[in-house]
Amino acid sequence: MSEYFPIFLQVVVAIGFAASALLVSVVLGKAAKTNKAKDSAYECGMPAEGGAQPRFSVKFYLVAMLFILFDIEIVFMYPWAVVFREHIAAHGPGIFWSMLSFAGVLTVGYVYAIMKGALDWKS
Amino acid sequence: MDFLTSSDFWFLSLTSLAKTIFLIFLVVLPMVSYTVYAERRVSALIQDRVGPNRTGFPTSLIPGFTKDFSPFLGGLGQPVADAVKFLLKEDFVPGHVNKLYFWLAPCLAMMPAIVTLAAIPFGSEFLGVKMVVADINVGLLFMFAISSVSVYGIVLAGWSSNSKYPFLGGIRSTSQMISYELCMGLSAVPVLLVCGSTGLSSIVNYQVREGWLLAPFTNGGLSFREIALWVPIIIAFITFTISMFAETNRLPFDLPESETELVAGYHTEYSSMKFALFFLGEYTAMIAGSALIVVLFLGGWHLPFIPDGAGQGGLNFLHAIPSWIWGLVNITAFFAKVAVLLLVFIWIRWTLPRFRYDQLMKLGWLYLFEIALVNIFLTAGILAFTK
Amino acid sequence: MSPILFYLFAAMTLVFAVAVVANRNPVASALSLVVSFLGLAALFVGLDAYFIAVIQVLVYAGAVMVLFLFIIMLLNIQAEERRKINVPAYAAGGLVTVAFIAQLWFVLQKFELGKTAFAPLAEKHVDDVRNVGNTLFSTHNLPFQVIGVLILVATIGVVVLSKRELK
Repeated sequence: MSEYFPIFLQVVVAIGFAASALLVSVVLGKAAKTNKAKDSAYECGMPAEGGAQPRFSVKFYLVAMLFILFDIEIVFMYPWAVVFREHIAAHGPGIFWSMLSFAGVLTVGYVYAIMKGALDWKS
Repeated sequence: MDFLTSSDFWFLSLTSLAKTIFLIFLVVLPMVSYTVYAERRVSALIQDRVGPNRTGFPTSLIPGFTKDFSPFLGGLGQPVADAVKFLLKEDFVPGHVNKLYFWLAPCLAMMPAIVTLAAIPFGSEFLGVKMVVADINVGLLFMFAISSVSVYGIVLAGWSSNSKYPFLGGIRSTSQMISYELCMGLSAVPVLLVCGSTGLSSIVNYQVREGWLLAPFTNGGLSFREIALWVPIIIAFITFTISMFAETNRLPFDLPESETELVAGYHTEYSSMKFALFFLGEYTAMIAGSALIVVLFLGGWHLPFIPDGAGQGGLNFLHAIPSWIWGLVNITAFFAKVAVLLLVFIWIRWTLPRFRYDQLMKLGWLYLFEIALVNIFLTAGILAFTK
Repeated sequence: MSPILFYLFAAMTLVFAVAVVANRNPVASALSLVVSFLGLAALFVGLDAYFIAVIQVLVYAGAVMVLFLFIIMLLNIQAEERRKINVPAYAAGGLVTVAFIAQLWFVLQKFELGKTAFAPLAEKHVDDVRNVGNTLFSTHNLPFQVIGVLILVATIGVVVLSKRELK
C-alpha cells in the first residue's frame, strides 16, 4: 500500500502546477476591456446563430455503449494474460480454450453489431 | 500498520517527491517545450522552409554583452519566449461560457497526463533508489485507467465553451478516444501474455533477462519460440502505436481539432495560459505514450552490454566504473529512446493527411480491433502449443 | 491504510456522492460522481485490492460516466429549476433514510462473520491481478463464461434499441 502514496503526491504536484500556472497568468496578463463582439461565440466572424449545442448523431451514443461492453471483455483478459504461462505449465492448455470460448461468445455480438450497421458511419 | 507515522515515511515521501520534481519539471516539461520547437523545425525541414531560427537568449540585456546568445542551429530560445508569451497574454474569458468548468477543463486535460508518468520506470537504480515514482504491480492498468479519465478535460472544454465548434470537437474527440482505447488495451495483452505481469518494472526486468520484446536478439541467440513470438509482437507494436496516435489526437487522427472544419476544435474559445495547458497536456500525453511504448516493446531503460544502476549484468570489464554512472546512463538511454519516438510522431504528422471521420471509426472498430483480437490468440496459441 | 488517509478519501467519496444529488446542473452531477468513484478507488487501494481499484477507475470513471455525459449532452438536459421545498416529501424521504439505516444497523449486528478479524496477508506485496486470474480460471470458470453470455445479450440489446435510428 505504501507504494501508492507517491501517486497521491504526484496528483498534488499536478494540481499545484496547474493552479499556479493559471494564477500567474491571471496576475501577469490582465484582462482588457470587453465588448459585445468579443464576448460572443466564435463563428468565423459571423454573428452566432442558433443554439450553442447542436444535436448530434445517436451513433456517438451507440459507440459509447459498445465501448463499455467490450471494455469489460478486455478487463477480463488482463488477469487471464498474467496467469497464462504459469497456468499452462501447471494445468495444461485448458485456460486457452476457456478464454477462446469467452471471446467467441462476445464475437457473436460484435459480428451482429457489424451486420446491423451499428459501426457503419458512412450513412 | 499506520504508514503515515512509520519510520520510513519521510524517506519515502522525500525521495518520491524528489523523483516527481525531477521527472516533471526537469525532464518532461523541458522535453515538451523542445518537442514543440523540434516540431516546428522538422516541419519546416519537411516543407522546405527554415522555421524559427532567430530567437536566442537575450544576453544583450545584461550590460557588457553586445550580442544575444544564439547557439547551434539558432532559435533555441524559442520555447522560453513562447512560455513567457503565454504567461503575459491577456487572460480573457469570453462572456458566454460556463465560467467554473471553463477554468476547470484545461487543468483536467493536463493533470491525467502528468499523473500517468508516476508509474513509468524511467531508469534502473540511482544511488540505491529505484528510478520510478510509484513501483506498483498494476502499472500498465494504472496508465490506461488514468488516461481514460483525460477524456473529461476535452469533453468539458467543448461543453463549457457554449459554442458550436468546441462542442463538435469535444464530442468527436471523446468518441475517438474511447474507440481507440479498446484497441490500445487489446494490443497490450500479448505483452502481458509473454511477460506475465502488469507491473511495468517487471515487464522491463523480463526484457532485460530475455531480450527486448521487439528485438529479442539483444539477449544473444534466438530459439524457435522467440522467432515465432516475434510475429505477433510486431503486430501488437504496430497496432499499439497507431492507437497511441489516435489517443493523443495527433495527425492523422487530429479530427477533434481539424482546423479546416472545426477552426481549432475543443479549444477554439481558449487563449493564454489556459490554451497552453491544453497544449502541455497533449504533448505530455505524447511523451507518456512514447514512454509506455518504450517500456512495453523497446526494453525500457536497458541497453545491451551496459550494466544497470546496481552494477548488475552487462559486460564484465564495465563493472570497474562506479555503478551510479550506469544509473545515469540508463536514465539517458530511456529518454533517448523516448525522443526518437517523439521524432517519429512529428515525422508522421507532417507526412500523412488527415482521415475522414467514418474512415477513422472503420479503422478503429473494424480493422484494428479484429487484428488485435486475433493477435492475442495467436500469441496465446504460440505460448500454449510450442516448447 | 492510515486512518487520516482513510477519512480523507471516505469524506471525498461521501461529499461528492451527496453533490451528485444536490447539484442542479446534470453535468456537475456527473462529474461529482466521477470524483466520488476516484475516492472509492483510493479506498480499494487501502484494502490492498489494487486490481479492483484500477478497474473501478477504468470502467466506471473512464467508460460508464463518459456514456452518462454523452446522454446528458445528447438530450441537452438543462439545469433543474429551483423549486419550493415540499415539507411532507422531504420528511417522508428522511423517514425512509432513517428506516433504511436502522435496518442496515440491525442486520450488521447479527452478522457474525464481520466480527472475526482477518489474518494479515502473508506476503506484503500481493500480486492481486494474479490472484484474480487464478481464481477466475480454476474455481470460477463457469460464472466467467456466463458473464460472456450476459455481455452478448447486452450487446444485442444495445443494437436493437438503437436500431430505429439506424434504419
